[in-house]
Parts: sequence; C-alpha cells; structure tokens
Amino acid sequence: MKLNQTLAALAGFAVALQLASAGNLTGKVTLGGNAPAEKEITPLKDDATCGKLLGGAVPKTKFFVVGANKELADVIVIVKGLEGKSTGAAAAPAALDQKACEYIPQILAVQTGQKISVKNSDPVMHNVHTVPTAAGNKEENKGQGPGAPDLTFSIPAAENFLKFKCDVHPWMFAWVTAVDHPYFAVTGKDGAFTIKDVPPGKYKVVALHRKGAPTGVEKEIEVKADGATADFVIEVK
Amino acid sequence: MTVHNSSLHRFAVFTVLATLGLVGMGGLVTSHGVGMAVPDWPTSYGYNMFALPISTWLTGGIFHEHTHRLWASEVGILTIVLNCWLFGKKSRRVLIALGIVLLLSGIAGINRPNGLQSSLHIGIHGVIVLIATFFWPRCEPASRQLRVLGGWATVVVLLQGLLGGLRVVLDSQLVADVRLGTVFGIVHGCLAQGFLVLLAVISLMTSRWWQFSGRAGSPLPADGAHGVTRSTSLRRWFLFTTLLIFVQLLIAATMRHQHAGLAIADFPLAYGEIWPDMSAEAVASYNLRRVEVTTSNPITAFQIGLQMTHRIVAFLILLAVWLCAWKARTIQSIKTLAFVWLGLIFIQVGLGAWTIWSNKAADVATAHVVVGALSLVTGALGCLISFKRKTVSASASVVDFSETKMADRVSV
Repeated sequence: MKLNQTLAALAGFAVALQLASAGNLTGKVTLGGNAPAEKEITPLKDDATCGKLLGGAVPKTKFFVVGANKELADVIVIVKGLEGKSTGAAAAPAALDQKACEYIPQILAVQTGQKISVKNSDPVMHNVHTVPTAAGNKEENKGQGPGAPDLTFSIPAAENFLKFKCDVHPWMFAWVTAVDHPYFAVTGKDGAFTIKDVPPGKYKVVALHRKGAPTGVEKEIEVKADGATADFVIEVK
Repeated sequence: MTVHNSSLHRFAVFTVLATLGLVGMGGLVTSHGVGMAVPDWPTSYGYNMFALPISTWLTGGIFHEHTHRLWASEVGILTIVLNCWLFGKKSRRVLIALGIVLLLSGIAGINRPNGLQSSLHIGIHGVIVLIATFFWPRCEPASRQLRVLGGWATVVVLLQGLLGGLRVVLDSQLVADVRLGTVFGIVHGCLAQGFLVLLAVISLMTSRWWQFSGRAGSPLPADGAHGVTRSTSLRRWFLFTTLLIFVQLLIAATMRHQHAGLAIADFPLAYGEIWPDMSAEAVASYNLRRVEVTTSNPITAFQIGLQMTHRIVAFLILLAVWLCAWKARTIQSIKTLAFVWLGLIFIQVGLGAWTIWSNKAADVATAHVVVGALSLVTGALGCLISFKRKTVSASASVVDFSETKMADRVSV
C-alpha cells in the first residue's frame, strides 16, 4: 500500500515536471500561389427542402478558406513521434453539426478513441455515412431524422481526413482526422495554430490540408520550455 | 398455324418501356451519387419498402433511390406477368401455387414483431394472384424460344433485384482492396442493360412483323442476290458493333461507379492536350485544381486512361455504325433501323460531350446512359433481324397471307 502511494506520487511528480518543462508550439500557415475558385453548391439551392433553409446567399465549396493576407484555415498541424499517447477516451466529445444541409465544421481533428457527437439541427432526414480507409476503422451508415438524438462515433485508428458524408444530400461532407495523441491543432481563419504543452524535444511537425497538401508538408523543430514556432506555406501550383 | 397475340406483344413493349425508365432512374441514382441514401435493404429506413412515409421518400437523394426500388419492384412484377403470359394457360397451375404460397406467408407473418404491414402486402398480393387465375391467362403457350427467353427474363430480373440489394448491404466490404459496392454497382448497371435487350428481343419476337416474316406478303422480303451477299458482311458488322457497344458499356459503368466525378474535365482535348499527362505529379496537380461539389474521391491515372479509352471506343463505334448504315442502305428490311441506329449514336456522342461540358450534370449524364442503352438495344435487334434474314432468304416459303390475317387475333 505504501509502495503504491510512493509510486503514484513519483508518477505525478514526473508528469508535473514534464508539464513544467513543456512548451507551446505556435505558428501560422499561409497559402502560396492562387487557389482555384470555389463553386456555388447549386444542388443545395435546388433541393426542395434544403433550399428553404438558406438565408439567401448560396453557399460555396470551402476547399481553400483563405484570409486577406493568404492566411490558410482548416490546416491540421500534427507533432510527429508522440504516437500511442492518446487520451481520447477521457477527452470531451467533439461536436459535428448538420445545419442548413451542411456539416459544421467541415474539417475537424480529434484523438483516436475520442467520441464525436453528430447533431442534426435540420428539419430534414440526413444519413451519417463514415468512409474510413485505415485498417481498424469501421464504416458506418446511420439515418438521423429531424429531432433525432445525437449520433456518437469514435475512430479507433489514426487516419487523415476520414470522410463523413450524407448520401441523402450528396454535397455534404466533413473530414475528420484522428490523431493518436493530443498534440495537434487546426488553423483558424487567421491561419494561426497553437499546440499546447508539447514535451520538450526534437520533432517533425506536419501540416495537412485536404486539398492543398493531403500528404502533408513537414518541418523539423525543437520544443523547449519557452515553446517553439513553426510557420508553413501550402503551395498551390 | 402461328397465332399472333397482339395484346401480349403490346404488354411486352410496355415492359420494355418500363424497363428503359428504370434504367434511367438507376442512372439518376448513380449520377446524383445517392446509391446509399437508403442504407438498408430490403427495408427502407426500417420500414417495409412499400410503406416508407411519403415525407421521407421525398427527401433529397432518398427520392431517387427509393423510387428506383419501387419502380424495380413493378418491373419485376411486369416481367413475371409477361413470363406467365408466354407460358399461356399452362402457367395457371403455377400461379395458383404462387398465390397460395403468398397468402399463407402473409398469414404466417402476421404475428411477427412489426410484421403486420409486410404480411398484409404479401397476403393481398396472394389474393390478387389467385383471383387473376380465374380468368387469365387463357391463350396457348408461345413458341419454345419465347418461353425460354421469358424464363431467362424472370431469372435475370430476380438476380438484378438481389444485386441491387447486395450493392447496398455489402457496400463497404472489401475484396482485394475493391469495394463490393463498386463491383455490384457495375454488374448491376451492365446486367440492367442486358435485361433490357432481352425484353426487347421478346417484344420483337412477339410482333406480327417478326412472326410472319418471310411469308408471302410479309414485310421482310428477300433482297435479291446482291442484298444477301451484302447482308452476310452486314451481319458480321452488326454483331461486331453491338459487341463493341457492350464493351463501351462496361467501360462506362466502371467510370461511373468510381464516384470521382469527371476524370477529364475538357473536351475534345484532355487537360489541354491530345493525350493528357498521366504522371503522378500531373494527377496530383489535377486533383489540387478540381473543385467538385458532389463527389469527393480523387481521380487517378487509371480513371483518366479509362476516359480516354471511352472516347476512342466511342469514335470506333461511330465509324462502325456508319459503315453498318452504309451497307444496309439498299436492304429494305433493315435500312430504317440502321439509320435510326446511326442517329442514336450521333445523339450519344453529343450527349457525351455535353456531359463533360456540363461538368457531369446528373440529368445530362443520365440521358447519356439511356441513349447508350437504346443504342445497345437497337444493335441487338439489328443483329437478330439480320440473322433472321439469313434463314428467311435460305428458306422463304410461300404461305397464303390470308392465313396470317386470320391468325392475327387477340388472345389473352
């Protein structure tokens, strides 16, 4: 009993020590070159039910969400070499909504084993169809009527851009990346990202964009107690 | 004496038209990419297929997929009725047995959980079949050839239904890294057109035109020595071209069931070239630049190669059909059909180009599928007629045409 308490205290001390010396990895992702023009989602506008849910403007595809100074959103930045440290089972569920016949957000990153709660905010039937490609992840296809309870999904194996789609409304897609540890982030509209409490050490960091860099752009960094920075440029040629 | 049954022929033609509509509906399902909009089978969202609430049925892609299922059921029933009709009064005993089985199945299923609705449907169908046997069919059986074809049509329509269901149920299963849903989808699409051809052949063979061809005064005259000589090579060309169209159908079905949108987005050039760059770098660049709204799979070099093959085969088909029409121009019995065929191919080429220029708009792509099916049917019927001519030319017998007129009476 006494030995167990000692071991627990030591483990706690080690974690505290690691956190104390861990640093934040920050950076910015920008777009190089010019992105192709986005298209209006005309099938959404033309759909008898979904068309009525639009506020007026016809939504466009969101392959490249680019800011005024070429800041690139929806890029997933992952620290490599920390695999096997997923805390997904204990993490709060990630949320995916179906609103006005679009997935919100369309790009999401979660930990392996983390719950993903899929909501239907529309007064219309959707089906949530996951199409994984990595071994260990199972394809599912569940109908979700208006007002139905949220559906829960979980991705056991790491995979980039696992497709969530609605076959009832074939323009609806979301892309969920499952990472085997908590050291990742998704860039916001300003292209910036912050990955908190990265253990000190040298790493490779990869920036993934579903269209612009599906296999990723890599950089080597060293994280110290005062953190590290890494900026990326996703080139469109 | 041959007895022509004009009601049977009209019913066969109606079944062909219903099947052509079904091919179009199936084409819309694939063109819209909504094959999995109803994720279960044979139920639809847990409901008996015939009892899905209308509000759900009219939702997005469910409308196309569910309508396809209902329409397919009707074509299945039409085909079984056609088969029974071909077997004439002999089929009554089978129908009585079928009616009793359906009625008993309906009664047996009433107590199953949620089985009331399905049982009612099955039971009512059983009663309808039993009532029908009191007055139908009364005609003599059709020729053995037609009965065999009718039997095959029934087998194929049942197999088609099963394939369509397996395409949904086994969609995600992989065999050698290929999705079974894709494989079943391709086979389902191709067999559908084969089934349409089979029904069209039955329609032709139940026609008065066919049954009395070669007899005195019939509309299928011998064309003289020159015509017969020419038609020998014409037969070969008809057969070759029809087979080429079937190969084209296989290529097209494979392209459509990749669900990757257009592999090449321009025409008549391909990515601005006569032959596109298919290197890994080039394909990555094409994928980066593509902005697809309803498809999400990236294109591959294989798919680009497939579309280029489709274009080349289309050109060969156009030349071959042109040649068939040229060879058939003096053969009375087949020249109209040959020129209709040529017209269809021209329309088909135009629709193919429009499919690309419209970025694979669902209605245009589906029209391309339907006209393709009509081209295959026309080729197959042309083969049949040209081969029939061989028999007719060889053994034209003289029969008093008044006999055929007497025989041309309505019989159900």
